[in-house]
Amino acid sequence: MSDPQAIRVENLGRVYKIRAVKKGEARERVALTDVNLDVPRGELFGLLGPNGAGKTTLIKILTTLLAPTTGRALVAGYDVARQAPEVRPRINMVSGGESSGYGLLTVRENLWMFGQFYGLDTQTTHARIDALLEIVGLADRAHTKTSDLSTGLRQKMNIVRGFLTDPEVVFLDEPTLGLDVGASRDIRRFVRQWMAERAGRTVLLTTHYMAEADELCDRVAIINAGRVLACDTPANLKRRLQREALFKLETSPLVNGALTTFQTLPGVRKVLHAPHDGFSALDLSLEADSALSGVIGALTAHNASIISLQKREPTLEDVFVDVVGMSMTEAEKHGD
Amino acid sequence: MTTLVNTRPPDRGWRLFLRTIVARAYPRVVGQQREKAWIFFETFLPFLATVGYIYVYRAMQAPEDYIGFVVMGGAMTAFWLNVMWSMASQLYWEKESGNLALYVMAPNSLMAILLGMALGGMFATTLRAVIITVLGSLLFGIQFQVSSYLQLLVVFVLTMTALYGLGMLLASLFLLWGREAWQISVALQEPIYFLSGFYFPIRSFGFAIAMSASIVPLTLGMDAMRQLVFATGPALGFLPVQVEVAVLLVLAVGFVAAARFWLSYMERRAIEEGTLTDRRR
Ligand SMILES: Nc1ncnc2c1ncn2[C@@H]1O[C@H](COP(=O)(O)OP(=O)(O)OP(=O)(O)O)[C@@H](O)[C@H]1O
Ligand SMILES: [Mg+2]
Repeated sequence: MSDPQAIRVENLGRVYKIRAVKKGEARERVALTDVNLDVPRGELFGLLGPNGAGKTTLIKILTTLLAPTTGRALVAGYDVARQAPEVRPRINMVSGGESSGYGLLTVRENLWMFGQFYGLDTQTTHARIDALLEIVGLADRAHTKTSDLSTGLRQKMNIVRGFLTDPEVVFLDEPTLGLDVGASRDIRRFVRQWMAERAGRTVLLTTHYMAEADELCDRVAIINAGRVLACDTPANLKRRLQREALFKLETSPLVNGALTTFQTLPGVRKVLHAPHDGFSALDLSLEADSALSGVIGALTAHNASIISLQKREPTLEDVFVDVVGMSMTEAEKHGD
Repeated sequence: MTTLVNTRPPDRGWRLFLRTIVARAYPRVVGQQREKAWIFFETFLPFLATVGYIYVYRAMQAPEDYIGFVVMGGAMTAFWLNVMWSMASQLYWEKESGNLALYVMAPNSLMAILLGMALGGMFATTLRAVIITVLGSLLFGIQFQVSSYLQLLVVFVLTMTALYGLGMLLASLFLLWGREAWQISVALQEPIYFLSGFYFPIRSFGFAIAMSASIVPLTLGMDAMRQLVFATGPALGFLPVQVEVAVLLVLAVGFVAAARFWLSYMERRAIEEGTLTDRRR
């Protein structure tokens, strides 16, 4: 009966029809193309991708709010398109920056209301509200009107709403979007603690914060322009890059011409250049440490002096650049 | 988090349906008392309009029961305002705030959400209608002469069912058609006030117009209630009360059934097209 996979996604595609602004312009927007994913129960799975990658579209399909155009998806063993009534009691979702509930109600009243929609009895609901508010540090705000909460506190209430129904699979769509460091940390800690205490429960989280995915997720899928480009544990994803040598280099200001020279040097795989006030920051990806001498030689040839040089470990950011072919920021400019 | 363990499995089926209705009615009942502006809007404005008409009628030396008609019309205006401003446009706002997606995603039915909105609104507004009636009656010395309390109750319940059924239907249609539908209904507000006979008996319009105005449930509902409550009511009534009850019954069933149909149609289409949420989310 109970599927060992919390989520199965098979050849999933979604195309939106859009109103053409000009004649002859595309009337369709492809949001997802041939997505395949399996998320076993008990996993904290991350979807990492820039704006417009298709993360929210995938979450909407998995939460029965959007029909797939092609392929199919199962959540907790049930088809999201054909068996929505079976899926719905088993899931919940929280989105970043959501303004759900009613501002005139208190935190407790709002949470109670959403609990009722899932058929929870009032006693259980209040016991859970107390326990969850305590953990996210909102217990003293139970009687505050929701409209009086700050963004961070409001999102903590939303998080409690999502977990209140003790769902088998929870979908978090950029849950820390726009929150300060402290509130984000509290929410990540809450999710980790919940996963630790509720064996077999699954969380699928989307983010475009690399560090969040790295720190929190058991496995991560990198998604860009509607396609899943890589999917593995953060450690394995980074290990694939271990063959490369990564350096952070700060020099006196460089002209753009210098950059083209670097890119053609033997053993240089990729150079990212960020000009700053008074200095240039370079991110070098080399085939081996030995290629560094060529770069330093070229710098001298351009009369640039080295301010600092640091070897570093690969991050998910590097993995992203490696599989997508550009940085997250560049991909976001590309996107819409 | 050990308290998370269920003490009892969650309700499904009709129990969940009832829970959902009560939970969605709750913010209506509580919220309407907390929002001082609404109290002003839904009690004071209809009351002012009522007083205005009363002075006009007094100046014209209209029959004394007309004053009573006006007070009742003022009280019923509170329900109409509630349906137009807090019912018809409500799903549209729920979509903007992101609640609609959560309602669809939850295991309840959207119909229960709409019913909760309607019952909550009805309950909260009844308080206002009572205030207007009592104040108006005391201030202007209205003479009531109720011929049958049972019939009065039946007419009131049917009128409310049909009226809020219409509100539920409009709510689903607005969601589908967006702001345009909203603007049309705002434009229709005044003509409907006039034609529904909030401040005079619709009989004065002649049969054809009065009959067309009867599509708005308050028209016949008010006419029947006036016939049952005032001494001269039956003489000024449009149709016999029994006929009006029958029409109201048809309207009530029709509107609620249509709301149900459009709601599930709207839900299906929105899931296909991806319009359940605001484009920004
Ligand atoms: N309702 C819609 N109608 C038309 N196009 C849409 C709709 N929703 C999303 N899109 C388009 O589909 C693509 C994927 O959007 P989606 O919201 O899934 O991306 P995302 O990864 O969640 O991005 P973000 O980080 O900005 O939230 C984008 O090109 C977007 O413009
Ligand atoms: Mg998104």
